[in-house]
Amino acid sequence: MPVNRYLTSMYTTELSKQPNVQPIGPAEDPERLAAFEARVAADEFIEPKDWMPEAYRRTLTRQISQHAHSEIVGMLPEGNWITRAPSLRRKAILLAKVQDEAGHGLYLYCAAETLGTSREEMIEALHSGKAKYSTIFNYPTLTWADIPAIGWLVDGAAIMNQVPLQRTSYGPYARAMVRVCKEESFHQRQGYEAMTSLANGTPEQKQMAQDAFNRWWWPSLMMFGPPDENSPNTAQSLRWRIKRETNDELRQKFVDITVPQAEFLGLTVPDPDLQWNEAKGGYDFGEIDWDEFYAVVRGEGPVARERITARREAWESNAWVREAAAAHEAKRRAKVAA
Amino acid sequence: MPSLPPIRPEDVAVAEKTRPHGAFDPPSDAHDPVRAGYLMRLGDDALILGQRLSEWCGHAPSVEVDLSLANVALDLIGQATLLLNEAGDADTLAFKRDVLDFRNCWLVEQPNGDFARTMVRQLLFSTWQHMLYQRLTASRDEALAGIAAKAVKEVAYHRELAAEWVIRLGDGTEESTKRTLDGLAWCWRFVPELFEVDAEVEAAVSAGIAVDPRDFEAEYRAEITRALGEAGLPVPDDQRPILGGRRGHHSEHLGHLLAIMQYLPRTYPDAKW
Repeated sequence: MPVNRYLTSMYTTELSKQPNVQPIGPAEDPERLAAFEARVAADEFIEPKDWMPEAYRRTLTRQISQHAHSEIVGMLPEGNWITRAPSLRRKAILLAKVQDEAGHGLYLYCAAETLGTSREEMIEALHSGKAKYSTIFNYPTLTWADIPAIGWLVDGAAIMNQVPLQRTSYGPYARAMVRVCKEESFHQRQGYEAMTSLANGTPEQKQMAQDAFNRWWWPSLMMFGPPDENSPNTAQSLRWRIKRETNDELRQKFVDITVPQAEFLGLTVPDPDLQWNEAKGGYDFGEIDWDEFYAVVRGEGPVARERITARREAWESNAWVREAAAAHEAKRRAKVAA
Repeated sequence: MPSLPPIRPEDVAVAEKTRPHGAFDPPSDAHDPVRAGYLMRLGDDALILGQRLSEWCGHAPSVEVDLSLANVALDLIGQATLLLNEAGDADTLAFKRDVLDFRNCWLVEQPNGDFARTMVRQLLFSTWQHMLYQRLTASRDEALAGIAAKAVKEVAYHRELAAEWVIRLGDGTEESTKRTLDGLAWCWRFVPELFEVDAEVEAAVSAGIAVDPRDFEAEYRAEITRALGEAGLPVPDDQRPILGGRRGHHSEHLGHLLAIMQYLPRTYPDAKW
């Protein structure tokens, strides 16, 4: 796949600095554009070799690579507990889960590569801070209860975001999402199951569970992104079927599903304003701390530095391994050719 | 709009249903110290190496390598669970014993070092484990034969993966060759312990449970020599054997590994997880 250098500076998640609708460049052929828009509106899949507007390619590359980075960075907070999992069964489940996440990262990088950017470039963008990943992973996993909490809440919120993406307009992304969603749904269930053990456990375990819930609840709600009135890319993304529901719609759905699950566990939702609204058939909930959200997006999350340093170190300190593999492969090919 | 249904109480049983067959079952009743001791050696080898490999998680040279190391670690933890559950209660054995009661060999408890050392350690161990499990499929102990038959397929992959990497790294660049040689120099003194036969192994061999590892020592040496040859590396000179792991006399590293691994069950002894 040839690499399009033009795209390499396009991985930023600019916050509310972009115009609501991306301008269509003068080079874009209006007829092709109209045909493209018609296909998308008819819910047809766009495939790698099909013509697509540059802004569509750019937005998707940003979104898919960001998703891939999130899977890879997301291995760190959970990896933090593999060596300390409290039983062999929990250790095996967590290993399998983190392995799934590496797998998701791989096929998402592959899906993004079909848009003309190499994995190396995407990884460089992550390490240089140009590309973002889900802000949720910039919070620390402090106790074992954080592992069930991540499975239940973070994977739960991720599924809410990702289920509609199985019908996103870009074929390779939609197909990757089908597989990702199946595995994420298992992750969420195992997280909830592990949380059940804590919630029904000793007083210390219950306390651990409530504390983890308190810390992960609000960041999980923030995972759906800024409120609709302040979400710069939503309109265009909805039109292009890159997104299928708005941030606030998805967030509401998550709250409505998760609150009864917390009640079943005997956990208290850390929101004094939470109450059932009969008229809308959903919960009203308190104001999200958007200052916190934007600070974490800016890279000021409590362990943002640790996360990116760990990724950079893994990449840089092991560069010799990748070089050796490439050198060996070149020698092998030369031998075969000779 | 498709969305997931809320989790029902019965979903809680999902993980139970999908667990590997036989894993996490309660221990068998009859206690035979020779059998239990031998199973513990095998189980501890798998457990400690699985624990070591899982330290790589999220820090490997590439996503593909991260995946394969987690995969090997997961296989080993699975094997350890099956083996230790035959020896007693796997979780109690894994989380409530101290250094002197662990029966693993020195090789598996060695720190990961760099990726070259990790892969050399894996080659030396998995080649041995593969040859051992191949033979244990004929063990008179049906449970052990069954575990070996399942595990031998997994270990064949571990061995192949490690050999491929040692060949790549040995042959690759000046730096990777040097690092692989260093890894080999570090690990080589622990190889003789894999072939050590003490009274406990002898008793287990006599009972038809165990295999005498000396039966395949020549085959092992030949295979390691072949892999190192393909990597362009010399077979190291023999070093003074470091022994003692099978009797609970370990390196300093094991205590630290256990401190991390056992911290939760030891801090909250009454908790179920």
